Amino acid sequence: MNVEIEARPRVRAGRAGLRGDAVRFAIFAALLLAAPLWLPLVGSYTDLGTRVLIYALAAMGLNILLGFTGGLSFGHAAYFGLGAYGTGLMLRYVGPNMWLAVLAGVLLGGIAASLLGPLVMKKRGIYFAMITIAFGQMFYFIAVRWNNFTGGEDGLTGFQREPLAFPGGAIHLTSVPFYYFVLSFFAIGAFVLWWVLNSPLGHAMVGARENARRLEFLGVRVELLTWIAFAISGFVTALAGSMSALLNNFTSPLDLYWELSGYFVIICVLGGMRNFWGPFVGAAIYVFMQDYASSLTKNWLSVIGLMFILVVLFFPRGLLGMLARRRSG
Amino acid sequence: MELLLFGAFNGLIVGFFYALMALGLSLILGLNNVINFAHGGFMALGGYLAFTLVPFVGFWGALVLAPFGAAALGLIAERGLIRPLYGRDPLYSLLLTFGLALILEDMTRTIWGPQGLPFSIPDFLDHPLSNVYFFLTGYRLLVVIVAAVATLGLFAVLRFTRLGVCIRAGNADLETVASLGVNIYFLRAANFALGILLAGLAGILAGGQLGLTPTMGSSLIMPSFVAIIVGGAGSLIGSLLGGLIIGVAAGVVTMYAPAASEVVIYLIMALVLLIRPRGLLGQEGLFE
Amino acid sequence: MNIITRKIGRRSVLGGAAAVAAGSLVYPARGTFAASESPVKFGMVDPQTGTYAALGASEITGAKLALDEINKAGGVMGRPVELLVEDSAADPGLAVTKARKLVGSDKVNFLMGSVSSAVSLSLSQAAEELKTLYLDTGGHTDQVTGTECRWTTFRTCSTTWMLTAGNFKTLFDKFGKDWYFLTPDYAYGHSLQKDYATQLAKAGGKVLGNALSPLGTTDFSSYLIKIRAAKPNVLVNLTAGNDLVNSMKQAVQFGMDKDMTIAGALIELEDLAALPKEARLGWWVMEWYWDQPNQPHVADFVATYKTMSGGKVPSGRSWFGYASTHALALAANKAKALDTLSVVKALEGLVLPPEVALQPNEPFYRAADHQMIANEFPGYVLSNGAYPNLFHVADIVPGKTIALSPEAAGCKMTFPT
Repeated sequence: MNVEIEARPRVRAGRAGLRGDAVRFAIFAALLLAAPLWLPLVGSYTDLGTRVLIYALAAMGLNILLGFTGGLSFGHAAYFGLGAYGTGLMLRYVGPNMWLAVLAGVLLGGIAASLLGPLVMKKRGIYFAMITIAFGQMFYFIAVRWNNFTGGEDGLTGFQREPLAFPGGAIHLTSVPFYYFVLSFFAIGAFVLWWVLNSPLGHAMVGARENARRLEFLGVRVELLTWIAFAISGFVTALAGSMSALLNNFTSPLDLYWELSGYFVIICVLGGMRNFWGPFVGAAIYVFMQDYASSLTKNWLSVIGLMFILVVLFFPRGLLGMLARRRSG
Repeated sequence: MELLLFGAFNGLIVGFFYALMALGLSLILGLNNVINFAHGGFMALGGYLAFTLVPFVGFWGALVLAPFGAAALGLIAERGLIRPLYGRDPLYSLLLTFGLALILEDMTRTIWGPQGLPFSIPDFLDHPLSNVYFFLTGYRLLVVIVAAVATLGLFAVLRFTRLGVCIRAGNADLETVASLGVNIYFLRAANFALGILLAGLAGILAGGQLGLTPTMGSSLIMPSFVAIIVGGAGSLIGSLLGGLIIGVAAGVVTMYAPAASEVVIYLIMALVLLIRPRGLLGQEGLFE
Repeated sequence: MNIITRKIGRRSVLGGAAAVAAGSLVYPARGTFAASESPVKFGMVDPQTGTYAALGASEITGAKLALDEINKAGGVMGRPVELLVEDSAADPGLAVTKARKLVGSDKVNFLMGSVSSAVSLSLSQAAEELKTLYLDTGGHTDQVTGTECRWTTFRTCSTTWMLTAGNFKTLFDKFGKDWYFLTPDYAYGHSLQKDYATQLAKAGGKVLGNALSPLGTTDFSSYLIKIRAAKPNVLVNLTAGNDLVNSMKQAVQFGMDKDMTIAGALIELEDLAALPKEARLGWWVMEWYWDQPNQPHVADFVATYKTMSGGKVPSGRSWFGYASTHALALAANKAKALDTLSVVKALEGLVLPPEVALQPNEPFYRAADHQMIANEFPGYVLSNGAYPNLFHVADIVPGKTIALSPEAAGCKMTFPT
């Protein structure tokens, strides 16, 4: 029973606004590319921009399931965390190859999601949410208890961003080069998502969100769609987790905790679940707000909580959803 | 062997406490259709209110009065925050209670301070009842009794009072109940308040054996969810059973492999969700 | 007077105006400073929310008190000192992000902080990367000045070895040699248990068992059942914070204090205050105690602290924040410079003056591993005590006599060339 319905995901530009969309996208891309230049000018810092990219990628991965297929996953931090642990463990125990480390993280999170998919795909609504929470917590407790391997409660240390080895020389990933490193992966992840959502598969997913029963009657296996969406979102969110481990040179069970899952969901809703770039907008708002509020006051948790409540009560379509509505009429 | 028996017995006692926590949550899940992430926050609030009242009305007075204080706040939350979300995607009520949980924790810390508060229980309850079963203290027996009485009391309310009948009917078919002339706004508010009353009660009892801190709610809420899912949403005896099962499971496993004591709870939950999604005693199709 | 430790609105163009207005609130005792002097900034990363919020609050209050005194005395090299506090929420990842922000964006000169050992370790690693001095106020795990020592990291609080050595002999001689450990399952707990076990083995005692409890355990009954079955002389409770409060309450409710002595390493005044009367017992170690009648300056410190904290007496945590802040200022003034290497060199070997040390035996930062060598205050909890008289200090053990040598601790420090 979805009250807020937008008939089409705003993934592809409508006929009239194609040029407008291209211009907007170009501006957006330019801002992203030049971020290390203008962020310090407004009193921010490059690392914060990197964090926005990471959270945005994680939320966009979640959104393919949440906003576009209708799967209420409250346990996505599990795949984020698995991506982070996969990368950290690879760097710590195997070797300093960054590409292998990222791959390890993506595979760990993605495969976990793919394996869990069949168990989850039959459920909907609240039960879907609860089972995702349950699995998320399972991974959390495994990471916490398997002390010797994962570092347990204290987190996984002993690894760091290694220089990227290229034939011509090595690039040391300090703040600014690392930002572009993450931006590249963000672009890849976003492109994959965009491509999926614009394919027939993607349209079917949206159909599953709107009216699963009708889609079943048409012969489409909704469960299978949910599974695929779940798996893809797991891979993308794991990629974000991998980046996060490299940003902090550290990961801990908190990256797997259900609270983080909740933050990912609110980010999707905040920016607009039905919009492709909605989660990015939500991530930007959330990361900046959390950074600002936690420096300003001890009561920043209340500020975040209040934001949750205000968004849910008054802005359920999210920022981009509101803007789209206003434009269309 | 003795360790196993002790572990199981002890787990049973702990299970009653989980059951008490799960009861209120189950009630709210049933009629209000809300996964109340803020349940832990209301629990902590109950404990803190009791601590504040003890100098005036003593432990027993606080045990009776503080839950009503929590329930009053629950009513306000229901009226202002949750009511607008009925009929919407369950996603929104989840997010709302999540945000509310953050606020409750923060406000508790702001009002009473981050420092844990020394909540004392009556002296005569404070020691073991038997030398062999030394883990059965007077206080823990009280918890068991309160949990059992609460379950029976709730059962009686639902079976024999008008409010209870309306709640049960509402669980089955809210629309019909509304068209029969029952004020469902009042019904849902009352149901929510009842659930929060139980949360506050659980919180006070928890304060007696744990430290009273602003974060105590968040560590207690997950086992409650598991208890409901295992026992079956929509069934109060189910929640009791669910609580007992996970209590015993955790208690026994801790004896032999403490590292696995939490995972085993979630494993049981996952198993139940896969094999019998409605829970052991739950109603079919409640959340499809 | 309430000191605002964070300037508001420095992040937006519009906020600039607010910052100018707010900036005037940040510096107390303005009279001694020239209007054009830019401040020296100390960045503090400590938990203000989460389980360690109470401990973090004490550290922060102690630091603010020191800040007042430093600025009244002329600041650092004639410049006012500002304290910027960020919430770590005991999340090491978040703490590192905040540290990077403090150094990269707010341009602090030095970093300090942390209650959680895990946060201290990750801050230590990040600070070396950022080439900034980091003073670990309250993270105890041995590695910070041991196997993972770094040239940029110093520590004010004790190592876990010093904590255990502080009361080992007392417990062993007085109560018996069969010990059972209740250990919280993370680095700090493992550290303490290993250190006690090493000393126990050397003295001929026996470890009957080691119950590892997950952090955040609410119900200790299963562990307590196992412990009672083993019949030890001493139950060594190594849990901290909420876990300590929970386990003590439950142990006493089970009557276990009648069958064995309950003791442990560190106990904090904040945890003691959270225990109900009936659960206040045991033999423990504190790193600093407020009630030192024969020690000059302590009474003044306590009185001033009480005005800032709304009546609470300073705890060991308060002293960590206080001494660390003063140490940074003293070192910077001694070096007459603010660059990391100079201040590091000045802090090595620095002896705290009596009005900062607030304890006997001249505490100092050891040069080889940057670890503070102060005192331990072993004692027992007063069962009839009322706040603030909750603990009786049985002895003051000089750190020099019990600390491991830097080599034994495993510290191999390398300086940049």
